[in-house]
Amino acid sequence: MVEFFTQTGLGIGLLITGQVLLIMLPLLLCLAFLMYADRKIWAAVQMRRGPNVVGVFGLLQSFADLLKYVVKEVVIPAGADRAVFLLAPMISLVMALIAWAVIPFNEGWVLSDINVAILYVFAISSLEVYGVIMGGWASNSKYPFLGSLRSAAQMISYEVSIGLIIIGVIISTGSMNFTGIVHAQSGDWGILHWYFLPHFPMLILFFISALAETNRPPFDLPEAESELVAGYQVEYSSTPFLLFMIGELVAVVLMCALVSLLFFGGWLSPVPFLPDGFFWMFIKMLFVFFCFSMVKAITPRYRYDQLMRLGWKVFLPFSLFWVVFVAFAAKFEWFWGIYARWPM
Amino acid sequence: MTQIDYARHAKYWLLQDFVKGFALGLKYMFAPKATINYPHEKGPLSPRFRGEHALRRYANGEERCIACKLCEAVCPAQAITIDAEPREDGSRRTTRYDIDMTKCIYCGFCQEACPVDAIVEGPNFEFSTETREELYYDKNKLLENGDRWEAEIARNLEMDAPYR
Repeated sequence: MVEFFTQTGLGIGLLITGQVLLIMLPLLLCLAFLMYADRKIWAAVQMRRGPNVVGVFGLLQSFADLLKYVVKEVVIPAGADRAVFLLAPMISLVMALIAWAVIPFNEGWVLSDINVAILYVFAISSLEVYGVIMGGWASNSKYPFLGSLRSAAQMISYEVSIGLIIIGVIISTGSMNFTGIVHAQSGDWGILHWYFLPHFPMLILFFISALAETNRPPFDLPEAESELVAGYQVEYSSTPFLLFMIGELVAVVLMCALVSLLFFGGWLSPVPFLPDGFFWMFIKMLFVFFCFSMVKAITPRYRYDQLMRLGWKVFLPFSLFWVVFVAFAAKFEWFWGIYARWPM
Repeated sequence: MTQIDYARHAKYWLLQDFVKGFALGLKYMFAPKATINYPHEKGPLSPRFRGEHALRRYANGEERCIACKLCEAVCPAQAITIDAEPREDGSRRTTRYDIDMTKCIYCGFCQEACPVDAIVEGPNFEFSTETREELYYDKNKLLENGDRWEAEIARNLEMDAPYR
């Protein structure tokens, strides 16, 4: 039996499919409730009740929405490029989902434990912009086109600073493997060993860049409803629209996972006397997601030139400086060597 | 050399606005909700609320409207149409009293103009229909409304009486 799954081609295929489903299904299920949580938090801050009709406390709202999206008619505009128009949301969703292949949820709970995991996630999240660009272009309409142009410029700008922030963490760790990065944050003092203390400014920068990268408010310019109606999503309806939405949210949750892995020690327990485990990873991701939701509720949208100024004139120099600083601090073991934590 | 505003820079780099906004957001998260569960809970209505129209009757069942057509004359949207002729007992009554609810602007002038408090705007605001035709109210429909909402209408008129 064991040989079938480790030796034969069919067995390995089945095993991998099973593992993929084991990540995908819980992830998408969680997503439904995260979307609900997002709306509830947003509503609560604005002193509204939020969805509370479908199911107990409205918990099944996302499933009702899903059903509604799926049974609606798919409208394809007359001038649209049909193939690209339908391909765009699929790319958006698939790119968001395949990044999860390298995210560890616990010691060894990872689909493919590759050494360049962080580089892979970075590459995939760069590809996500293609879904948006293709969607905007294929719609053959003005608002979507403007929206996708904005999105492209915005995502590319903030990827630069995200890349530099990640380099800081990599220098500090000496590994591009997420498991390695998490191990580098372990120690006898629990929470005090996590990277959010030595890399605190970068945590803030990474969080804000993640907001821009995933087109979340206050950087939701690609879908700015006040000027672009809904940006690249204008012409989308029904299931393709749903795919865009899920893709966007999966990307957000991915960023939550990245923040908790890079800065909050992944599945490590904050205090030494409690055991490490998946539970901590889950809590940390929920916390970061809560911050994402709160930011959506409390911040007004940036103007486009402000967005670009922030990206290129504040984040880029600052993160570049930080890379140099961390490089020196790690090399010469300044500050009792907190910036040099090669895994044992 | 211009003076550098250090306080402002400190606030910018420490994300003061963001932190304050976050705290405020958290505070309002637990504040009492301003919205209600509409179909199950309803907000309070003023006695003067101008909702769906109704034609009232006297306590003995006689309809109040005497077909003076003041409401028809005053209606700014010209939504009211009245035909009248003497009844067998010689009293003047309407044979037709139509309100086009799609034209009506709910100004309440008909109610103000009526010398016998026959046409009133009641407290009902949930009378949406699936077809346009259903909103062309005739005399029967209006009298039916009057019978259905008489208790509320009478109470509202009584409560509002001291202020007119």
